[in-house]
Amino acid sequence: MVSQNSTSHPANITPRSINDVVIRLAGNSQDGIQTIGGFLARLAGRSDQDVMTFMTIPSTISGGPSIFQVRMGSGDILSAGDQADFLVAFYQHSYESHINSLRPGGVLIYDSGNVTPNPDDKRFTNIGVPITNATVEAVGGTGKDKGKNIYVLGLLARIFNLDISKLTALIKERFGGRSEDIVRNALMTFDAGYAWPTDNVRDCYYNFTATPHPSGRPQVTMDGNQALSFGLITAGVRYGAAYPITPATSVMEILRAELPKYGGIFVQCEDEIAAVSTALGFSYSGHLAVTNSSGPGLSLKMEGLGWGVMAEVPLIVINVQRGGPSTGLPTMVEQSDLLQAIFGSHGDSQRVVLAPKNVEDCYYFVQEAVRIARKYSTPVIVLTDQSLATRIEAFDEPDLEKIMGSPAIERAPRGADFKPYSLDQLTHHAPPGTWIDSGSYPIVSGLEHDEMGHPTGNPAMHQKMTIKRREKIKALGAELSPPQVYGDQEGEVLLVGWGSTWGPAHEALKQLRMDGVKIGQVHLRYLHPLEPGLDEIFRHYRQILVAELNDEGLYGYGQFATMLRARYCNDSIRGINKTDGLTFKVSDIVAGVNRYLGRK
Amino acid sequence: MSSLPIVSAPVPAQRAPLTKKNLTADHPTWCPGCGDFAVLASFHRVLEKLQYPQEKIVCLAGIGCSSRFPYFVNTHGVHFLHGRTLPFAVGVSLGNDDLHVFAFGGDGDGYSIGGNHLVHTARKNVRLTYVIMDNYVYGLTKKQTSPTSSIGFKTKTDPTGAIDQPINPMRTLINSGATFIARSHASQVNHMVEMMERAARHDGFGVVEVLSECVEFNEGAFDAASPRKGGVFKTIELKKNDGTPEDAKRHDPTNELAAFDLALQPWPGVFGVFLDVKRPTKNQMEAELIAKAKERTKGATDLQVLQATFSRMR
Ligand SMILES: Cc1ncc(C[n+]2csc(CCOP(=O)(O)OP(=O)(O)O)c2C)c(N)n1
Ligand code: SF4
Ligand SMILES: [Mg+2]
Repeated sequence: MVSQNSTSHPANITPRSINDVVIRLAGNSQDGIQTIGGFLARLAGRSDQDVMTFMTIPSTISGGPSIFQVRMGSGDILSAGDQADFLVAFYQHSYESHINSLRPGGVLIYDSGNVTPNPDDKRFTNIGVPITNATVEAVGGTGKDKGKNIYVLGLLARIFNLDISKLTALIKERFGGRSEDIVRNALMTFDAGYAWPTDNVRDCYYNFTATPHPSGRPQVTMDGNQALSFGLITAGVRYGAAYPITPATSVMEILRAELPKYGGIFVQCEDEIAAVSTALGFSYSGHLAVTNSSGPGLSLKMEGLGWGVMAEVPLIVINVQRGGPSTGLPTMVEQSDLLQAIFGSHGDSQRVVLAPKNVEDCYYFVQEAVRIARKYSTPVIVLTDQSLATRIEAFDEPDLEKIMGSPAIERAPRGADFKPYSLDQLTHHAPPGTWIDSGSYPIVSGLEHDEMGHPTGNPAMHQKMTIKRREKIKALGAELSPPQVYGDQEGEVLLVGWGSTWGPAHEALKQLRMDGVKIGQVHLRYLHPLEPGLDEIFRHYRQILVAELNDEGLYGYGQFATMLRARYCNDSIRGINKTDGLTFKVSDIVAGVNRYLGRK
Repeated sequence: MSSLPIVSAPVPAQRAPLTKKNLTADHPTWCPGCGDFAVLASFHRVLEKLQYPQEKIVCLAGIGCSSRFPYFVNTHGVHFLHGRTLPFAVGVSLGNDDLHVFAFGGDGDGYSIGGNHLVHTARKNVRLTYVIMDNYVYGLTKKQTSPTSSIGFKTKTDPTGAIDQPINPMRTLINSGATFIARSHASQVNHMVEMMERAARHDGFGVVEVLSECVEFNEGAFDAASPRKGGVFKTIELKKNDGTPEDAKRHDPTNELAAFDLALQPWPGVFGVFLDVKRPTKNQMEAELIAKAKERTKGATDLQVLQATFSRMR
């Protein structure tokens, strides 16, 4: 076997040094494209490199085109990359659909048994590799062409001088649970890819410039939904309920499998209405619970959410946004549930809405959601999206000993003066099982109630309680610090974003500043209530441009821009919007800013 | 007990027994003569008999006249959403094995807007007791057709009489997979007490359908089963398994087909236990999943389990 020792390039070739590379793999979903991507992402995570991946899930579960894009590098990787440096095309249709995402000068690797590249297209270095045939040969014809993905992994390992011992360890981990034959075949296929006659790619060898990771902590690699799930467990959440819906389902799958290890339960309910109700039942009884869904499911949860607001019962609602309305674009990204998250439901129902900005933030910010839900006894909606859910990033392994939250439920007896809905204190319910000294047990109610929880139709009381529920959410706002301003602290443009657009927006900021634009950036994570101090920040820029993945609507502004205009009455707030189901490219945002500046 | 830590101080060792007096809360807001009063009185008696610790009892309800129930019982209580009490109760029950969970509601709440939840809570056999006060009408919203309204019954939504086939609650309940199913009548307090007590003691999802007259909008609807009104209250005799010839005719509550036969009897039908079977509860099966998972992690703390998971993601 070549694997263990031969980690160097062919002797006669000097590899080129690169900071980062964007590799797009295009095939069909049964080819295990995502497995290659997963291996590369995890390898990069283990090698102190920042990793970001970009993946499409086809709507049809098997068959059909599938891509996985991985950007690996040794610097701070913020986005999946606008264009690919490498394209691996398994089929003619993969070649045709994706060749234009390869940057001119990039490298096309194609399965010479399936793909005939256009001979007139001289933009790229074309390398034909008999991927299918070589894979069949490597495993002695028994496995048909299964394993093409591992063959390609071997090929890429050679090209990029990747760490073979780490990769083979990953292969053994991945296939280790199955028969020995499978592990052996996988390693043989990997070796075959690695050993593919090197002369053919003579001038395509690379080395990543080594920059040791600053923190010294090992890196973990995961997608946004995993980060949310493990963030919830870290924060002490042990119960939840949901109904499957793309792209939110993996949160419930992970929690269903993981929570029993922690003494918890995740319930698959008959629908989203039941799911929010069951989660509220857990929360009412003292176990702050989570329910997760995507757009249409969030709509079904709205009546329950209103009850949570009225009854002041804490709850974590995760909404992984997809394209809408209705079934819309279930496997693509959009940020069009913002107004639903802030204003959905009925009556004056103030709740908290948060939006993490990347995978690492999914892990940490969902813990902030838990803190807020507990402190203010309120529902908190965490808005992520399809691109965060399926993107793999690496980040420093968290220091669990420092941050692990307690799942304990609090049933200390309540004194005789206990009022569930005191007007001058934050509500903290006495969960059932709690002894009440007064002998008078509390009712938690969705009817308007007095301080003791008794129903009341008294208009003055309704007004007081409405104010109480509103003021506690404002108190959270007062507790927050103003957002950080990146780039120029004053200038022509302030670029505003929220959620998963952080990476491309920040790269766009850097690019525009290099182009000489005086531009600053804020990226908001607390969407309701807003972080304070924005009006002061806005004053330092001529134009405020809100980049978001939703439509400009009837009045010409995206959903967050609409909110900000309503809040600050600021006429210079405008939007950069799109709804093509894909994340922003850096160039989309740069072009959007330039358009407003009248440049180019 | 819940497998998670509970922070609580000891409650007084000397506690007063549960009586009607300390179980009474707000004065019921129902119309005088409403059947629900008798259901409430019976429930108080059931709690007096069961003597659960007061703080461990939870009463939950949806929306409707009958769903006002929790305000009138001095225990922990929740007034939730129309039709959604059962999934809420699932969370309370699964999260806290030491609690005694009771859910209340009407026919609209349980068989119409909440109909799907009934089926799924029953099939999962979640440990809780569900009492349906069926008055064959929407009371709170003032006389609209309910899923149990008889054909021809005049309501504000069917001024010339209801035309849609009503559901047969007992058939619906048997079909749902509920493991304890009984039927009672609000004019029969002792019978209600017996049925509710059996449902409460049942290890699983126990449901009692009570014909509870709405004197305001459906007066006299259940007279046919009320001896005081000249009707016949015909009860189900359960098998004693004593080998006597009479016993052959008695009802075997583990026999679903026999229960179905009872459900199909002509109006006003029979009262008592239709079905009483054993099936593992979801509470128990989830506890087993937890025990197995804990066995695999060999008593590791939460911190250690999560650390191990993260180290696999390196
Ligand atoms: C989502 C929703 N839809 C409708 C209502 C209005 N509503 C309240 S109670 C009720 C019907 C009550 O009938 P039932 O459940 O039979 O209870 P009863 O009053 O007869 O005891 C309706 C339609 C509501 N509260 N919530
Ligand atoms: S309207 Fe009917 S159900 Fe409601 S309280 Fe009056 S009698 Fe009872
Ligand atoms: Mg009714």
